[in-house]
Amino acid sequence: MAINWFKYSSPASFYSLAGKLIPIFSIVALILFVVGLYISFFVAPTDFQQSEAYRIIFIHVPAAWMSMFLYLIMAGWAAIGLAFNTRLSSMIATAIAPTGAMFTFLALWTGALWGKPMWGAWWVWDARLTSELILFFLYIGFMALQAAIDDPRRADKAGAVLALVGVVNIPIIYFSVKWWNTLHQGATVSLTESPKMASIMLTGMLIMSIACWMYSIAMVLIRTRTIILERERHTVWVSELHKETT
Amino acid sequence: MFLWVIQRDLLLAMRQRSDVLTTLFFFIIVVSLFPLGVGPEINMLRSMAPGVVWVAALLASMLSLERMFSSDYLDGTLEQMMLSPQPLILLVLGKALAHWMVTGVPLVLISPILGFQFDLQTDALLVLAVSLLLGTPVLSLIGAIGAALTLGLRGGGVLVSLLVLPLYIPVLIFGAGAVEAVSAGLGASAHLSLLGAFLLLSLVLAPWATAAALRISIE
Repeated sequence: MAINWFKYSSPASFYSLAGKLIPIFSIVALILFVVGLYISFFVAPTDFQQSEAYRIIFIHVPAAWMSMFLYLIMAGWAAIGLAFNTRLSSMIATAIAPTGAMFTFLALWTGALWGKPMWGAWWVWDARLTSELILFFLYIGFMALQAAIDDPRRADKAGAVLALVGVVNIPIIYFSVKWWNTLHQGATVSLTESPKMASIMLTGMLIMSIACWMYSIAMVLIRTRTIILERERHTVWVSELHKETT
Repeated sequence: MFLWVIQRDLLLAMRQRSDVLTTLFFFIIVVSLFPLGVGPEINMLRSMAPGVVWVAALLASMLSLERMFSSDYLDGTLEQMMLSPQPLILLVLGKALAHWMVTGVPLVLISPILGFQFDLQTDALLVLAVSLLLGTPVLSLIGAIGAALTLGLRGGGVLVSLLVLPLYIPVLIFGAGAVEAVSAGLGASAHLSLLGAFLLLSLVLAPWATAAALRISIE
């Protein structure tokens, strides 16, 4: 039997699929968050050097990972939407942006909370911090551009061009910021050379990362469903749906 | 077509000389504001100078971005240009270069004088001008993408800054870095080579993205 790969590329069928998937992802995310937070606060031992403050990594590292992954995924969907003119891909890209911006902000925020006791400063012009901040600006720019354009199709395409330009720029920005620091500031705090972690800490962090993934998928699906309803409000299937539910 | 676009845009700019001068004076005023804001301590000013001049150049170049396409868009010329059989990429490249000649070149020429205000050494002044010469075309090319994306939108001017400034950051870092390296006694060639690399890269990629953005904006 041939599988129809494009069945769920139609907003109408995706809408119902997303409706079924949202509870699954939400529940998995909830369970993993509870397990992950339990491990990170009660099971994982206190760190020798950083005492209790290190526990912020259980939310900081997953958030920072998500902020970067989500930008790539957003740009990927935007590129598909631009290349194949598929409506749903662009909607997903639009739906990813706020979650990505939220994780970027969370990573910056928790980083600042960790930096105060560890480095003695809320903010250091370190390569990682600066490029994360620029990533946040890119998300904001993407959302602002889409919000400024009234025609949704034009907003999709313009956002896609911007997201792709951003993807080309991210490695350039990252390396420029990195070299800028190593050239002019002798001692910078490196996050990459972390001490070897205890395996229980690593487990807690990975569980939290998967929980963040599940949460992001659930959020993106919910937001995509809202966008679908908003854009397809004049179609027959939405009005039928409306009749069924009321 | 390419030369024609440059010639035409330059002619238009010369007929409205105030636009060119406004950008230039904006640049001068912003640079002059910093000593007033942070105090006339000469050692501090000297270390700040490259960053201040470069940030001012970024802002000045960005301010005039909106004009790159909008007047042609409003009177319909842009649409006619896009209908012509010539490749759109050439047109975009021509307009970006004309924008650079109108806004970038005056900044490059005036920058050594501003450097004197900050007590920069002669070799640092030279590198400042060279780094601006290499960097400002990149600003015009990247800015063209932002200008094309925000064409005809409400609040386009503010939006363009939000889109374009994060993308300007590498140019800022290496442009200001080149001058700082010379002041610190290191060679500036590494920074200048990287700026040249950005210029080549944006020369190839930016017109392509701008053309795509223009096609989206005018449908």
